[in-house]
Amino acid sequence: MKSLANLLAAGLLAGLVSVSAPAAEIGPLLAKLQAVGPNGKGHREAAEAWRDLARTDAAKLPDLLAALDHAGPLAANWISTAIDAVAQRTIESGGTLPAPELEKFVRDRRHAPRARRLAYEWLRRADPTAPERLIPGALDDPSVEMRRDAVARLLDQASELAGPQRKADAVALYHKALVAARDADQIALAAERLRSLGQTVDLARQFGFIVAWKVIGPFDNDEDQGSDKGYDAVYPPETGVNLASSCPGRHGVVRWIDYTAADDYGNVDLNVAFGVEKSVAGYASADFFSAGRQEVEIRVASDNALKIWLNGKLIDRRHVYHGSSQLDQYVTPIVLQPGRNRFLVKVCQNAQTQDWARGWGFQLRVCDRLGAAVLSGDRPGKEVRGESR
Amino acid sequence: MWRFFWCTCTCPRKRGHGTQLSATETKLNRVSSVGNALRGIPGVGKGGAQRSSRNATEGVPYSLLRVAVAAIAVLLFCGSDWLQFRGTDNASVGGDKQLPLRFGPDEHVAWKAALPGSGPSGPIVVRGRVVVTAASGASQDRLHVLALDAASGKLRWQRQLWATGSTTHNPFGGVAANTPASDGRRIFALFSSNDLVCFDLDGNLQWLRGLSYECPLARNNAGMASSPLVVGGAVIAQVQNAGESFVVAIDASTGQTRWRIEREQAPIWSSPTVLRGKTPADDLVLLQSRSNFTAYDPATGRVRAVYDHWCDTIASATTCGGRVFLPAAGIHALGCDLTAGRMTLLWSQPRLRAGESSPVACGGRLYVVKDGSILVCGDASDGRILWQLRLKGPIWATPVLAGGYLYLVNHDGLVQTVRLGDKPEVVGGSRIDPGVLASPAVADGALYFRCPQSLWKVARISP
Repeated sequence: MKSLANLLAAGLLAGLVSVSAPAAEIGPLLAKLQAVGPNGKGHREAAEAWRDLARTDAAKLPDLLAALDHAGPLAANWISTAIDAVAQRTIESGGTLPAPELEKFVRDRRHAPRARRLAYEWLRRADPTAPERLIPGALDDPSVEMRRDAVARLLDQASELAGPQRKADAVALYHKALVAARDADQIALAAERLRSLGQTVDLARQFGFIVAWKVIGPFDNDEDQGSDKGYDAVYPPETGVNLASSCPGRHGVVRWIDYTAADDYGNVDLNVAFGVEKSVAGYASADFFSAGRQEVEIRVASDNALKIWLNGKLIDRRHVYHGSSQLDQYVTPIVLQPGRNRFLVKVCQNAQTQDWARGWGFQLRVCDRLGAAVLSGDRPGKEVRGESR
Repeated sequence: MWRFFWCTCTCPRKRGHGTQLSATETKLNRVSSVGNALRGIPGVGKGGAQRSSRNATEGVPYSLLRVAVAAIAVLLFCGSDWLQFRGTDNASVGGDKQLPLRFGPDEHVAWKAALPGSGPSGPIVVRGRVVVTAASGASQDRLHVLALDAASGKLRWQRQLWATGSTTHNPFGGVAANTPASDGRRIFALFSSNDLVCFDLDGNLQWLRGLSYECPLARNNAGMASSPLVVGGAVIAQVQNAGESFVVAIDASTGQTRWRIEREQAPIWSSPTVLRGKTPADDLVLLQSRSNFTAYDPATGRVRAVYDHWCDTIASATTCGGRVFLPAAGIHALGCDLTAGRMTLLWSQPRLRAGESSPVACGGRLYVVKDGSILVCGDASDGRILWQLRLKGPIWATPVLAGGYLYLVNHDGLVQTVRLGDKPEVVGGSRIDPGVLASPAVADGALYFRCPQSLWKVARISP
């Protein structure tokens, strides 16, 4: 009889466990998700742990979310899908999500931006009034997604201010949106609206594009048995940038010349600098002055094969021709040293003759990890200031 | 040597693919137990043995039997499902059942469901679930996999991930560009970022691979769109671009790499195609490139046959009756001679030049949408042009054939229904949301259309 009671108790316990994993078990389970690696490493153990975590009580969602703070890209996806499973199961079964705890999590900016955003999205489901409390204050949020919602709200407000008597208010709102925005589409929209209201906007500066370059070329990039030999050829600029020097180019002696990117997106058009050519390589160099050592990103776009050096060290290479060019397509973290930092960009054009293969150039901007412009200390012009810097 | 035969049915699904049985857990368990029982068969062991006679069970490697059992399970329970891009056999054919020729808001639209993001990927249908992928966010780095109830359109589950690879893409396309695939028990979703994730049918995560996270130079600035193929218990992903390029076979149950082969570094957006053999163990994987067309053994990655000719880069090959119809500035009809290790040209027809959508072969005929939105029908036996029909375009989505009608949806969301035969005719024009790039799915007497932000089910509904 006693054994039957024990059996029933064990069964009841097992049933409870199957519905909700005890809190004490969450740590080891999360550790298995954190341990996943490339090439399927640790997946079997992680899949078992994931099933248990998916049965966790919704009250533990903040703990699951906090696990994202230190998760690598693969582990983050294991954890976030478990969070989805817990939250969705809770809502579908008529339960409630811990809205106050989720809101507290969102407000705590020490947590990973992605974790806070995920918490916010489930909070929004549990409490539709939450956005009104959280979004207006997110203009300087470290989460680009939270910030985007805040900027969108400002842009909407500004667009509703019609008529000359509200122009000053609209300009102020658009200006605020421009300063806060980190996504290119919102930056472009705010700039366009400001210009339509008679304001001057230095968009290239707002993005952080380097516009003042020295360029030299063209050099040969002829194809030899299907290979563009100029890409790996070491022309004189690669052995040391001396802006006062000259060297042999494709058509004779070439020298460094000034080139200023004049458009909003800092495009360096080597077809303009050197004339339209095929199977050629060109170089561009720019000095960037940093007040101190700082970790930043360079974000580059090009339709051509590239190599990029910083202070003589190769930091990126992209051997791709005419595969489409998109803003920020190549993002590379770098460390700027105090004082002068010198960028050198090699841009190779191939032999393709189609209209869409005409482009020969690049754009390069320096920014922080959210996409805010980081400007060279010697850059002329007035900085747009705002609360979100 | 492969034996060629013409499929004369309206549905070319072979080996009983067209048979629909009720999908009960009891039956699935029974099939699984057969698989378990096989492990005890004397002589059915692991390893290394050469492939034995097709008719003999004795001496067949266990892995092949396991693949066969899994394939049988898929056939039994997913007979009328639509398990991957262009359907279970990549044939774009959805059976004999006649579907609505035209439909509208109050006519034959069973349901319409909102999606959390955009994407050119098509839906698949597996055991009562419609599965679709989407991407959202300013840079489309939020990846979604959704399963909706096929009967009601209600969301069964949704999971989100963050892209671990590049999300750079042509604005016309999207990051959710690759149609997901299923083996009837699991779902495999691949994105342009080369994130490949596996869920079971209830949304439980099984494994995930960041193929670009593992190989950062495997990326395409215009986006990648090749859909995964499930064959022989493996998920085949063709990651081919101007950077690091490869084809990888990933074990469907474990997520581990079975084999990986370097590929030409030149972009391809077409998808792997299955060439069904006499038994599942004889199935082949066909891959296009800019320099050749290759048939691989999905179990080992061994090259079984090569056709030394460049291929189109967007439209994918299709097969019917053992023949391969390869888009290569026109159609090249190929026979596969495994003994000689080559594919041989039977005929070629430059006037059957596919635009962006893939050809459809069925009933001895070949249907191709060429540039200018002209539907061209050719005789599959010799490539003779039989007729042409101008449609309203542009048409990016591969058409589907069901009940003797071809359904073509253009980018504006106009679904044109063409009655096939010797005198083709557009018999229906129906509207869904604009911006369509995805090929529809056909399953259980219904059509499923994926629009940028919505999913539609169209089925006969009695007034």
